[in-house]
Amino acid sequence: MSDAILSVNFAGPHVSVQDAGRKGFMRFGVPWSGPMDRRSFAAANIALGNPADAAAIEVSLGGLMLECLSGTASFAVVGGGFIVDHAGQKRGSWTIATLKPGQKLAIRPGPWGSWCYLALAGTLQTDRWLGSAATHTMSGLGGGKLTSGMKLAVTNAVQREDREGDIPCPVNARPRHEVRVTMGPQQRFFGGNALAAFATGPWHMTDAWDRMGVRLIGPLIAPNATLDMPSEPIVRGSVQVAGDGVASILFSDHQTTGGYPKIATVLDCDIDALVQLRPRDILAFRPVSPQDAIAIARATIEMDHRHRFAISQSRGSLDWRLRTKNLVGGVINAKDAFLS
Amino acid sequence: MTAFLPKPLRDMFVMPRMERLFPIFSAVAEHSLLVEFGDQIDRAINAKVLHLDQVLAEAPFHGFVEAVPAYASLLIRFDPVISDHTLAEVALRGLLDHTASLGHPQGQRDVAVCYDFDLAPDLPAVAATTGLSPEAVIGAHLAGQYSVFMYGFAPGYAYLAGVHEAIRLPRKPAAVRGVTAGSVLIAGLQCLVSTITMPTGWWAIGRSPTKILTGNPVRPFLFDVGDSVQFRRISRAEYDEQVNK
Repeated sequence: MSDAILSVNFAGPHVSVQDAGRKGFMRFGVPWSGPMDRRSFAAANIALGNPADAAAIEVSLGGLMLECLSGTASFAVVGGGFIVDHAGQKRGSWTIATLKPGQKLAIRPGPWGSWCYLALAGTLQTDRWLGSAATHTMSGLGGGKLTSGMKLAVTNAVQREDREGDIPCPVNARPRHEVRVTMGPQQRFFGGNALAAFATGPWHMTDAWDRMGVRLIGPLIAPNATLDMPSEPIVRGSVQVAGDGVASILFSDHQTTGGYPKIATVLDCDIDALVQLRPRDILAFRPVSPQDAIAIARATIEMDHRHRFAISQSRGSLDWRLRTKNLVGGVINAKDAFLS
Repeated sequence: MTAFLPKPLRDMFVMPRMERLFPIFSAVAEHSLLVEFGDQIDRAINAKVLHLDQVLAEAPFHGFVEAVPAYASLLIRFDPVISDHTLAEVALRGLLDHTASLGHPQGQRDVAVCYDFDLAPDLPAVAATTGLSPEAVIGAHLAGQYSVFMYGFAPGYAYLAGVHEAIRLPRKPAAVRGVTAGSVLIAGLQCLVSTITMPTGWWAIGRSPTKILTGNPVRPFLFDVGDSVQFRRISRAEYDEQVNK
């Protein structure tokens, strides 16, 4: 074990350090922050053999280019369909390889998705705030944004040969064009026409997005009552409608309260796949009852657990894997091969 | 367009605002309940929010994750694997008439503020709009009875209600960019000390060196919701000294 030092040769906007998030401080105006796509973030750490909540790097459509100055560290790139250009070889995200001194690693947008996660085998050295490395982008508190020219240190960096290779991408990590919502909690500000138009759409994502939220294009659903509500709590997934009838969905770095009515709330278990949509992608809202929301969440969590368990298993050394493959194929030696 | 209709027809189109009976419990996605105790900024309503927040902290139900107090409502988050909206509502209704064993936590906090014009860009405009002298605006601001109703918006943004009637102004028609962190801002009966430089339509009438984000890991935020707050005037020299500390 030793330390690895990486230099950031280029970092696009919205590339930041994230961990599983900063819970318990909403009452002080602090959202959880953490990864936009928590499912892919956790998968990156787990497949690499890190703790599921270890600090990692969230990469946006802006991309990231690193160079390893010293030390050796395996890495996972998980989430979306990004292009991973490492040591002269191009692969898709959902992959694990090892970064060695002098090697370059570039992560660029590929065929689909808006966010991916770069986890490094070892401990990424980062600033923390309130016990968490998650970056709250509005304030810059936490691990912080990555900028060109900065250096990253990974202590206890290791090569995990037994984990190198591709990781399966589960279906629920792909972009989700229809998200389940519960209506409200401030649907009383909207007339029947606006509520119907909300469920009918069509809605589209726009390029007015960041970690706080995304503005949508769709039917104007202006509130029909005077906006006299005092500020009420907001959650990740709140669909907020401004006085002019324009709707937005709030994400990881959302403000914790707001005075605009929330017509609906996207189920938390649908948000990770929702954020993988890109600007101009179509989006639909499907209202469900609170009971159905609970059932959907429990089923989704179970599916995530199964995937996490599958990818948490070490594949073993290369030698062991070759021998296992032979056993599975029933080819133990030449004599047996003739029999099969 | 309904104004052109004869009155009986107009009444059919313009629904009277439905009477809402509080507390109201609303499901929020698969993980939260919003409990509303009213729909305005009012000390008695906020006291009900803080009461439920307190008794819930003392006797959390299985699966409880986090509670977020606002002016007139409390958001309660739970783990959907362990609880659900019905279980949470039953638990919370059972707590409504509980007495908080520790009584209401009421801290007294002191916030220093310097009103020198270059730190108080909107002081002249507030004076002009209210017809008061700048000194009288300062006096009215210091005379307010403030308490922390809620945090919101961004880390450390504590919404203090209790601005003196004489200086209650609506927000500016448009937000002004780059209002410095530490600004003492007022709008209507609300006052807050900003922690991040950002655009706002509130009126900046002073600047405070008091850190709301304390940097102290044991007590990272200066206020608890429910605390009373007293503004204390300081000179420019004291301000500079505290800022550079």
